[in-house]
Amino acid sequence: MELSKDISGCGVAGFINTDGSLISGIDIVDSITLMKDRGNGLGAGFAAYGIYPDFKDFYALHIMYDNEQARKITEEYLDRKLHIEQHGGMPTRPIKKKRPIFFVYFVKPREQSTKVESEEFRTDEEDEFIVKLVMYINEKIDGAFVVSSGKNMGVFKGVGFPDEIANFFRVDEYKAFCWTAHNRFPTNTPGWWGGAHPFSLLGWSVVHNGEISSYGANKRYLEMYEYKCTQKTDTEVIAYLLDLLARRHNLPFELIAKIFSPPLWSEIKKMDDEKRNLYTTLRMIYGGALLNGPFSIIVGFRGGMLGLNDRIKLRPLVAARKGNTIFMASEESAIRYVAKNLDEVWMPEAGEPIIVKLNEEAYKKVYG
Amino acid sequence: MKWMKNLKNYTPPAFKVIRDDDRCIRCKACVEQCSFDATFYDEEEDKIWNWDANCVSCDRCAAICPTEAITVETRGYSYRHNYSWGSHIDSLKKRAIFGGTPVVSMGNDKPYKIYWDHLLLNASQVTNPSIDPLREPMELKTFLGKKPHSLSLKDGKPDTRIYPQLELNVPIMFAAMSYGALSYNVVEALGRAAQHVGTFYNSGEGGLNKDHYKFQGNIIVQVASGRFGVHKPYLDVGSAIEIKIGQGAKPGIGGHLPGEKVTETISETRMMPQGSDAISPAPHHDVYSIEDLRQLIYALKEATEYSKPIIVKIAAVHNVAAIASGITRAGADIICIDGFKGGTGASPQVIRDNVGLPIEMALAVVDTRLRDEGIRQDISIIASGGIRNSMDVVKAIALGADAVYIGTAALLAIGCTMCQQCHTGKCAWGITTQDPHLSKRVNPDIASQRLINLLDVWALEIKETMGAMGINSIESLRGNRLNLRGIDLTEKEMEILGVLPAGE
Repeated sequence: MELSKDISGCGVAGFINTDGSLISGIDIVDSITLMKDRGNGLGAGFAAYGIYPDFKDFYALHIMYDNEQARKITEEYLDRKLHIEQHGGMPTRPIKKKRPIFFVYFVKPREQSTKVESEEFRTDEEDEFIVKLVMYINEKIDGAFVVSSGKNMGVFKGVGFPDEIANFFRVDEYKAFCWTAHNRFPTNTPGWWGGAHPFSLLGWSVVHNGEISSYGANKRYLEMYEYKCTQKTDTEVIAYLLDLLARRHNLPFELIAKIFSPPLWSEIKKMDDEKRNLYTTLRMIYGGALLNGPFSIIVGFRGGMLGLNDRIKLRPLVAARKGNTIFMASEESAIRYVAKNLDEVWMPEAGEPIIVKLNEEAYKKVYG
Repeated sequence: MKWMKNLKNYTPPAFKVIRDDDRCIRCKACVEQCSFDATFYDEEEDKIWNWDANCVSCDRCAAICPTEAITVETRGYSYRHNYSWGSHIDSLKKRAIFGGTPVVSMGNDKPYKIYWDHLLLNASQVTNPSIDPLREPMELKTFLGKKPHSLSLKDGKPDTRIYPQLELNVPIMFAAMSYGALSYNVVEALGRAAQHVGTFYNSGEGGLNKDHYKFQGNIIVQVASGRFGVHKPYLDVGSAIEIKIGQGAKPGIGGHLPGEKVTETISETRMMPQGSDAISPAPHHDVYSIEDLRQLIYALKEATEYSKPIIVKIAAVHNVAAIASGITRAGADIICIDGFKGGTGASPQVIRDNVGLPIEMALAVVDTRLRDEGIRQDISIIASGGIRNSMDVVKAIALGADAVYIGTAALLAIGCTMCQQCHTGKCAWGITTQDPHLSKRVNPDIASQRLINLLDVWALEIKETMGAMGINSIESLRGNRLNLRGIDLTEKEMEILGVLPAGE
């Protein structure tokens, strides 16, 4: 019975250049490191979008292995399932403490494996295939863990303070149009590198400050749709819910935000007929996806970034704009430290999402 | 003495009425109030006597006595102590003396394990803030009915068919208790309270008195195997229709209203002759299989133009999970699972005390099974049978229920003392009787206010515990078994309940 969950405090930060211009990881590291007090050295991580322009049509699998044996088993499995365009060890700098090994694979499902050849799963759709592959590896292969699996993006995370993790993964050497970061203050940690944030599946990545009090309900809701919560933390449910609601149910982010943090019934009552009908229906159908308890999250997705608070704003989130760049962070100082003379700064209301997308031209440039 | 003991059908009295003669003022209120002929006045001796063998310990006399002269005590067995025989001795003798199987009422009173009392709730400390329901919004609104799995949009507007739903302000409804089993005033009180609170009461299987059509919008109408009082206007007035397959107190047995309770108005409402026993067949004679049930569900949907949810109520029995799955696939919108502690107005004792499952177990396995099959969205679950307090409600919802039914608890609120004599029609508190002299003892104004108070207080208690857990909406509690921990349970029991042990 996998019923336990991890709980944590934390700091979050993120920014996106809506014109798609790429910048190095130095700023995001500075921004998250400024909020050192929000972490305790037991976890940090970064998600970067636009870092693999040469392989933008391939799923970039960042995989963490506890040992060579796990790598051997996983690679045999990947060989069977996927076309691997290129792969190799992830560039890292030496550190003193014990750490897992990291590999990156640029892959595509083989045509036959998405249709009939596969023993474990069959699907005609590539994204669905990759989701099932990730779930399979995380659940079934001991010592292997898929850190991220999106196209032209990647996640770097582990146990340590943000500057240590950034240094280890050489985050400063990557260039991305969107960065998110997390500084973790777990109160109950297995000290496991996979347990750090961001949590990621396909193009989704989530950094999260808070505790999902509805975790037990969300987890069981997701299990009905074949998502397996294997990572012993509440944050992964957000990544899976996003995948379910956005990719499989095809709902826009504006509504997904209202599913996560729905308006109160007393507010719904006052809406005009059309809106009342919409919000009543949303709450009726998606009660299992309501995220209850304190949280602020920054979600990276293919071509954009989303910031959201819980429905009564029990955790901080600040947003700011300077030119074409939108910033979000737990604390305003984390933004001002890396961007002087901001055009505007605001505190989003409880449950009000900030959704930022690349402009059309930039989207074409990045994902082509 | 007017009363003489008859050795031929003697069994020792279970209770003893003790009267303080110094306090007794011979007002005879107790004599007038006792509906079981257990109290009488001897004019010659100017003394009030008790016939203990008739006493049921309903406490009416003690309550009414202006000088507090009366105490009713439970009498120990006067036979030599015997662990294995105990109460079975009298139970056996009654069968031998009267040549019939005893009928009893209210729920199973045997000392089976009560799982609610082995489940502990969680609360927030530091890492997430607890929420104060007196200062922050806290939502209990609940919708019962089939839900689509996803919402599709067309030009930003919902383009998904929404099935009919019951909207509840609190996740608590009044269970099926028929007019006939209950007195007119009690039904009136239940209806008023449901209307005031924004929930539903259930007509039970005895039809609906024409006066009570005014509660339209807050009634669930029941269709049971006897089909008493079922006609088009009856189906139309219900916000939902409940097909009663079984009842926790008597799985596999149909309803039974003793002829003593079938008075003129009852006979008119039920559309059956006055004074005759209203005995519903054990099965519905048009439902001998799951596919037959499907036909009945759709017959009722057709008759009401798909405008209201159909509930199927079953008793919790051994393979309840598989049955619930079948009921979901047969097209029911809501399933009610009634545990073996559920009450009844009349049931054979052997059935009540030996058949069925605890609601906690049944609820847990049904919720798990429906989720495993990916059909939990297709049906709502009502848990009933042995819900005693607001924390039982919270635990039921955390185990996976959408809402609960309360029956016994509602009657207790009105004044019931659980003397288990509903089947006799002599209820001294006026609740389960059709005797006009007795039934006027329930004042619907007071009774409905008490029911409203009960639901209001339970709602507040539920909000308090939700707030302590750091959640502000009931849907985040639903099926959230992580907020439960088992104590004094075996590993297997916890596995079935889907909860972790305390400390883990």
